[in-house]
Amino acid sequence: MTVRATTAPGMPAAHAERGTRVPTSAVVAGGVAVVAVAVALSLLVGTQAVAPADVVTALTGGAVPDDVAGIVASRVDRTLVGLVVGAAVAVCGVVLQGLTRNPLAEPGILGINSGAALAVVVGIKLFAISGVGGYVWFALAGAIVTAVVVQLLALLAPVRAQPVTMALAGAAVMATSTSIVGAILVSDQGALDVFRFWQVGSVAGRGAGIVLDVAPFLLVGFVLALSSGSVLNTVALGDDLARGLGQRVLVHRLLAAAGAILLAACATALAGPIAFVGLVVPHVVRAVVGPDHRRILVGTVFAGPVLVVVADTLGRVVAAPSEVQAGIICAVIGAPFLVGLVRRMDVT
Amino acid sequence: MSAAVLAVREARRGVHRRQRVLLVALGALVVGLFLVRALLGDYRISFVDGIRMVTGTTIPGASFIFMESTLPRACMAVLAGAAFASAGAAYQSMLRNPLASPDVLGITLGASAAAVFAVVLLGWTGTPVALVAFAGAVGVAATIHGFAGRGGAATGRMILVGVGLAAVLSSVVHWVLLRADVYRAQDALVWLTGSLGSVSWSEITRLAVVVAVALPLLVVVTRQLGVLGLGDDLAAGLGVRAGRMRLVVTALVVLLAASATAVCGPIAFVGFLSGPIARRLSRGRTSVPAAALVGAAMVLAADHVSAYAVPGTAYPVGVVTGLAGAPVLVWLLVAGRRSLQEAS
Repeated sequence: MTVRATTAPGMPAAHAERGTRVPTSAVVAGGVAVVAVAVALSLLVGTQAVAPADVVTALTGGAVPDDVAGIVASRVDRTLVGLVVGAAVAVCGVVLQGLTRNPLAEPGILGINSGAALAVVVGIKLFAISGVGGYVWFALAGAIVTAVVVQLLALLAPVRAQPVTMALAGAAVMATSTSIVGAILVSDQGALDVFRFWQVGSVAGRGAGIVLDVAPFLLVGFVLALSSGSVLNTVALGDDLARGLGQRVLVHRLLAAAGAILLAACATALAGPIAFVGLVVPHVVRAVVGPDHRRILVGTVFAGPVLVVVADTLGRVVAAPSEVQAGIICAVIGAPFLVGLVRRMDVT
Repeated sequence: MSAAVLAVREARRGVHRRQRVLLVALGALVVGLFLVRALLGDYRISFVDGIRMVTGTTIPGASFIFMESTLPRACMAVLAGAAFASAGAAYQSMLRNPLASPDVLGITLGASAAAVFAVVLLGWTGTPVALVAFAGAVGVAATIHGFAGRGGAATGRMILVGVGLAAVLSSVVHWVLLRADVYRAQDALVWLTGSLGSVSWSEITRLAVVVAVALPLLVVVTRQLGVLGLGDDLAAGLGVRAGRMRLVVTALVVLLAASATAVCGPIAFVGFLSGPIARRLSRGRTSVPAAALVGAAMVLAADHVSAYAVPGTAYPVGVVTGLAGAPVLVWLLVAGRRSLQEAS
């Protein structure tokens, strides 16, 4: 059955009546084109100048000097990580915002990032791990545990209060884990020195192999999250109506939430906390493709990677020869987007 | 006079009486915790000795600990707790949303980001840092309110913009920490966690002046906030100019939150939780004085625990408020769902 949520309660409805009818095929075509441009830029631009011809030669397997090959390989890796992380965080944002009917929901607000951060700090402190390969499993475990705790806390509240309860539970978990992180770091300079490079959020210095490590989790997460479009549309109508329409609301919601949690956990494990993408991308995409969650999900798969990859590319340029991490650039370029959207929104 | 009028009057009296009892009880709690914090440290000081030292007598050994460490920290805990808590309660009440405390909306973070930037990268100290922190908080508050739209009542918008700004500001803080050498980064981290470890009497005086001026004003103004709940037009009909009132409340909230942040950093949870706790204690009524007392008690107790709980290690007070605040929030969620949900 198809349920089209035109004016979703609790959701910004300003764009609903505009009747944007961009066909899904156009969304996909435009998305592919923009992603291609972003990827090309990411491969061609960097702190070290490499001639575009050399990049192409290296990519197609031709003979190039070793240093050029190394640079191109690292650019390929970070582009790949950026694509995966961008898609994961942004899709997670759509699902969380849809499920909680809370336009603010995103991995950071729900405490997932800080839970991962806590696990990473514990890993650094107790097991002396350093290096992204070691962080992955700590971050993944921390993110999943935190997300489940927040979900359970939210379930304590009556259904109608769940969006606010979840955000508050997220805030509680965030403050607690931030406190523990602070307690560990104020007395351990070495751990701080390692941790501060993780917490800015970056896609640099991660080999493609790490993506393969978390690939099974990512795959399950994407399948669950991307297939939740019609569930999200139903949730947008309100629980009573959804039940009346015969959807098994609870099961579907739990599956969608599980998908979102897996995606957020993988993204944080790969890149550290990249907070802004999950918040802003769903709103931008909704403004373009309209309120149908299935189309929003499709659009987000493209828009999220574009934001992260472009942010990473910009970060190599703005402060050359040093780099600004993608997490920071994402926040800086994401904010005006959000502000512009909020100006036109019909939220009260 | 009809029986109904008498019944209403009696009910109102009951509410006021309960409110008075609550304030007296909270005040006694704050005084008790203050004495504990100031007198009962690793080095115990008798009440009489404390009075003598405050009035100018020097007692070798005790004087240094009391006058330079425990007493200023106790004073600062009261001031900072009251400032954060009253600012949080007033803002949550004005925006009628339990999420809308200055720390969640990035106002506190505006102050910390500006201060961390000035301290770590520019090497500033003292009053200029406080001014920069204030400017940061004003900047965030002005942006948030600028986007609230002409109606002014669009709190959803304000929260969205505020959370967005908070994300940007925290990445600024992370970036600054990354640029600094690790010693400075650690100093900054202690401050960012919220610490009373290095307060001076001049800072206490400054914050005391701010609290003495702003807190009573805030108490008076917030009494009328309920009228805003009726909508701006109806409020205007009742003689309340909603826009100007929001401006006054915001200015006071920013002043209190930024001044406290400039001295001891953002102490987790105090601004966010004091309002809901006070509301729960006073059975659903917003009370800025009660919230201020709750905040003062919270910071006093947390500072005592942070200083003495683990022998040999003094943690920043924000570590303890963060740890202790989470269960309190969960308790509020479970036991007082209604009060959080309805939010004003």
